[in-house]
Amino acid sequence: MFPLWPTAASTISGEVDALYLFLISVTSAVTLAVLCLIVVFIFRYRHSKHPVADQVSGSVPLEITWSLVPLGIFMIFFVWGATIYVAEATPPKDSLQIYVVAKQWMWKIEHEEGQREINTLHVPMNRDVRLTMISQDVIHSFWVPEFRVKADVLPGRYTTLWFRANRPGKYNLFCSEYCGTMHSGMIGKVVVMDPVKFQAWLTGGGEMGSFAATGQKLFQELGCTSCHRFDTQGRGPNLVGVYGKPVLLDDGSTVIADDAYVRESILNPGAQIVAGFKPIMPSFQGIVTEDQLLSLIAYVKSLATPEEQEPVSNRPPVPKTAGGTEVQ
Amino acid sequence: MATTGQLEVTGYDDFINAKSGIKSWLFTTDHKRIALLYLTSITFMFFIGALFALIIRLELLTPKGDLVQADTYNKMFTMHGLVMIFFFLIPSIPAVLGNFLIPLMIGAKDVAFPKLNLLSWYIYDVGAIMFIYTILTGGLDTGWTFYTPLSTSFVTSSVVVGALAIFVVGFSSILTSLNFIVTVHRLRAPGMTWGRLPLFVWASYATAVIIVLGTPLIAISMALVALERIFGIGFFDPLLGGDPLLFQHLFWFYSHPAVYVMILPGMGVISEIMTCFSRKRVFGYKSMALAILGIAVFGFLVWAHHMFVAGISVYSALVFSFLSYLVAVPSAIKVFNWTATMYRGSVYLLTPMLYALAFIGLFTIGGMTGLFLASLGIDVHVTDTYFVVAHFHYIMVGGMVTAFMGGMHFWWPKISGRMYPEGWGKVAAAIMFIGFNLTFFPQFILGYVGMNRRYWEYASQFQVLNVLSTAGASVLGIGYLLPLGYFAWSLRYGARAGNNPWNAAGLEWTVPSPPATHNFDVTPVVTSEAYDYDQLPKDIVVPREASVVGE
Amino acid sequence: MSESSQASAWSVREALDRDSLHEQYAEHDQQRESAKLGMWVFLATEVMFFGGMITGYIAYRDAYPAAFRAGSVHMLFMAGTLNTAILISASLFVALAVHAAQLGERKTLVWFLSIAMFLGVCFLSIKGYEYYEHWVDHKVPGPSFQWDGPDPRHAEMFFVLYFFLTGFHALHMVIGVSILAFIVYFAARGRYTPEYHNPVENAALYWHFVDIVWIFLYPMLYLIGHKHV
Repeated sequence: MFPLWPTAASTISGEVDALYLFLISVTSAVTLAVLCLIVVFIFRYRHSKHPVADQVSGSVPLEITWSLVPLGIFMIFFVWGATIYVAEATPPKDSLQIYVVAKQWMWKIEHEEGQREINTLHVPMNRDVRLTMISQDVIHSFWVPEFRVKADVLPGRYTTLWFRANRPGKYNLFCSEYCGTMHSGMIGKVVVMDPVKFQAWLTGGGEMGSFAATGQKLFQELGCTSCHRFDTQGRGPNLVGVYGKPVLLDDGSTVIADDAYVRESILNPGAQIVAGFKPIMPSFQGIVTEDQLLSLIAYVKSLATPEEQEPVSNRPPVPKTAGGTEVQ
Repeated sequence: MATTGQLEVTGYDDFINAKSGIKSWLFTTDHKRIALLYLTSITFMFFIGALFALIIRLELLTPKGDLVQADTYNKMFTMHGLVMIFFFLIPSIPAVLGNFLIPLMIGAKDVAFPKLNLLSWYIYDVGAIMFIYTILTGGLDTGWTFYTPLSTSFVTSSVVVGALAIFVVGFSSILTSLNFIVTVHRLRAPGMTWGRLPLFVWASYATAVIIVLGTPLIAISMALVALERIFGIGFFDPLLGGDPLLFQHLFWFYSHPAVYVMILPGMGVISEIMTCFSRKRVFGYKSMALAILGIAVFGFLVWAHHMFVAGISVYSALVFSFLSYLVAVPSAIKVFNWTATMYRGSVYLLTPMLYALAFIGLFTIGGMTGLFLASLGIDVHVTDTYFVVAHFHYIMVGGMVTAFMGGMHFWWPKISGRMYPEGWGKVAAAIMFIGFNLTFFPQFILGYVGMNRRYWEYASQFQVLNVLSTAGASVLGIGYLLPLGYFAWSLRYGARAGNNPWNAAGLEWTVPSPPATHNFDVTPVVTSEAYDYDQLPKDIVVPREASVVGE
Repeated sequence: MSESSQASAWSVREALDRDSLHEQYAEHDQQRESAKLGMWVFLATEVMFFGGMITGYIAYRDAYPAAFRAGSVHMLFMAGTLNTAILISASLFVALAVHAAQLGERKTLVWFLSIAMFLGVCFLSIKGYEYYEHWVDHKVPGPSFQWDGPDPRHAEMFFVLYFFLTGFHALHMVIGVSILAFIVYFAARGRYTPEYHNPVENAALYWHFVDIVWIFLYPMLYLIGHKHV
């Protein structure tokens, strides 16, 4: 008739539900106990039955007990909840990477293989999936109640969410941060598929080529290749093997070249200059969209070599694209 | 209005009759008159906020948006929140009951700065007029939380005036709180030491300190949003390198303590009622006072628990979750101590007591669900859903408004000199209790099962629970309208109250009802502890007959 | 209680009449202490108000230190330093004025407060000149902002903070000068005596607070990038 409980469709759902049931049990028990006590006192000590009050005004041992015992119980709630949260904040290393760009009032989803979706997210069952998300405008939030995971999607900054769906089906996706007129319409479906079917789906529609290939095309169109050559002669750093590794900046500090770093380097290159290079890169703020930025990041990621970082050579390695086309 | 019957009996000028004419009210410096001025203003604003709530609940009867348009609905929940929080809940108990009672309770003739007190009311009115202007010129659809960059760069509603209205009304509460702090520090009667203060005064004092320290942060948040919109410069705009999360931190740094501003005075009221209607000292006076202070202090340390999924670091989240559990402990202590106050007492189930008991039940449920929200793993799932909406309505409405109603019933005889009809009082309390639970308990279920807050349209499987909730809201509305009716009735036909119809402890009950303008003919000298019910008559004999009908 | 000095013609009793004891107070001491406590509580709210903005400054400067240093270089260092000296001097005169009030030296009181007011107006004039220079230099945030270094967005954020912080401070300076004007007016008419000069003390408290805010703003805005430092 009407649901009282959401389905459990991810590996974390069960844990969240268990904690919830534990909280319900403990708090209901205590609440009931207090309410019963109140009812008992009202009856036992009603004025007609107990005309003169006994001025019992305190008991330090009792008060200490009912301060420390709740505190102890609260700590259980805290630790258990914290454990789940930390797990939710730690995507496993070989998660399937999917990109999400939120805008008023729709979800744009991009798979690395090139599949694009609007308001629908296809994922394989029993596989860790990591979403890297950003908003084009205001703060949104990505929530799948059946998975019990939620994360805000911010403008100007990537946020991540990961889950492992373990039940096939179609589940609701709801925007969970008020974002304007059609906030309640910014909904969609997460489609959890059998892994084989998912592979089929994935390769079935990628005429555009992989996401990284899109990024590569953009890299050339925007003229990045004129400075970012694949040797040491460029006015800009060689980007092979850069992603995920430490970068030495001109003020002596070191940063990791993660998604945020690459994005900032494109939009505001003057903020952090790589050691040994001049601050001459122009900003691409207003020229590239968030979708395009993600494709560029995917491309730069694909330039990462699997081995330890090697000295830059004159010939570029072949980037990992589905089409296998070589770079210039 | 009550006429001179009282003069004949007692030969004094009560504060209502002392001077007449509209000017004597609009230019008064008597804290008791100012309290009634506030009562008028906040009741008016309450109805506006309730009207918005009505539209929300009517729209939510059906899953589709068929009553109002999406933009209108978004304005409804935004303005419902803003009006109720800033123009009703925050001022209600402090500005009405606090203003009326604090000088009386400490044995003073007025507050420290009476003219400033009147100015506070006028500033409130300016803020209220500005907000009504906002409503009439397009409203606000940012959510009461004004998150950026939505509020600064995307909505086209009357954000600047609305934000400035909040800025202005904040100053009203700052000045009132300043007054209360100095009053409690400096104007206590001889013998009224800190350790003998009624807990209502402790609660009001702690509330005032929170307001003084916290409200400037909402002022600066609103000012920055307004400035960003007026001058088109991006303080919170990511395109300029601004951080939307900075806004959230600044906003919640006030808005979390604000919830303690709202509940602490209510807790003070409950202590007064529980002791009187159990004919007993409060259990653990010292702990109760310390718990009040503890809530005030810890309340400043937990603000980012509103931001667990907003993009803060895991480390921050752990710290704030932990601290949020700490702040729950003093609240729990208070509930246990109130319960223990009834132990071996002599309990009267009169209307104020019914409200106090309702408070304990509903506040406990609200507080327990706060424990859910403080748990990170649960919060990720239920934040921004109806679970949160239910949680805070249990505390704000089930707790705070219930305490306000209880306090109004308890002190109505003192304020007006008349008794309200006890039978009707009980009926209204019961109706309110039933209506309230029917409205908000289903919302806990709705939240966990997947219904978001601030949703104009929702998934069809949520309809049954929404219908229940709306039904409850209509019952709740009746529960609130009834007292309005019988309070007005009592002004003309209610039994005369006399000084102390409840045989209650507290200096306010030693003076006539209504009190004279100057409160005390002779400054009292206090020699006993608070709630000295062993010194007072054992029984409560409620005056029931109206001495002269119609006069 | 000391006697009124020869500068004031009012007797002690008449002075007490000036300071009427309001009904809710039992003694003048109580009333005076209450007024003072009230002013301190009000200053606490002001601390929190500026504290919010300073928190914003800290957050953004921590994120973009280079841009903030670069922005600070564009501050008019001499103007800011001169203003600091002016404001500290003004506070000195205000403190001396309070002392004069305590001694009942009416003329000194009026003179010193007037000098403080004048210095306050000088401060505001110099600030206005700085704002004008920033405007001409295209450093006012918004559509007219121009920046030819790296990282223009974050440099603009520095200026947003500069104008907000000094703007709110200037607003409080205007209020402070106005309050002093009132005090000067009443002081000139002999209203304050050694027994009653509460308003002078409270006005001085407010003034000193506004000065202290500037003591924070000056290094935050002017000193973080300058070659002189």
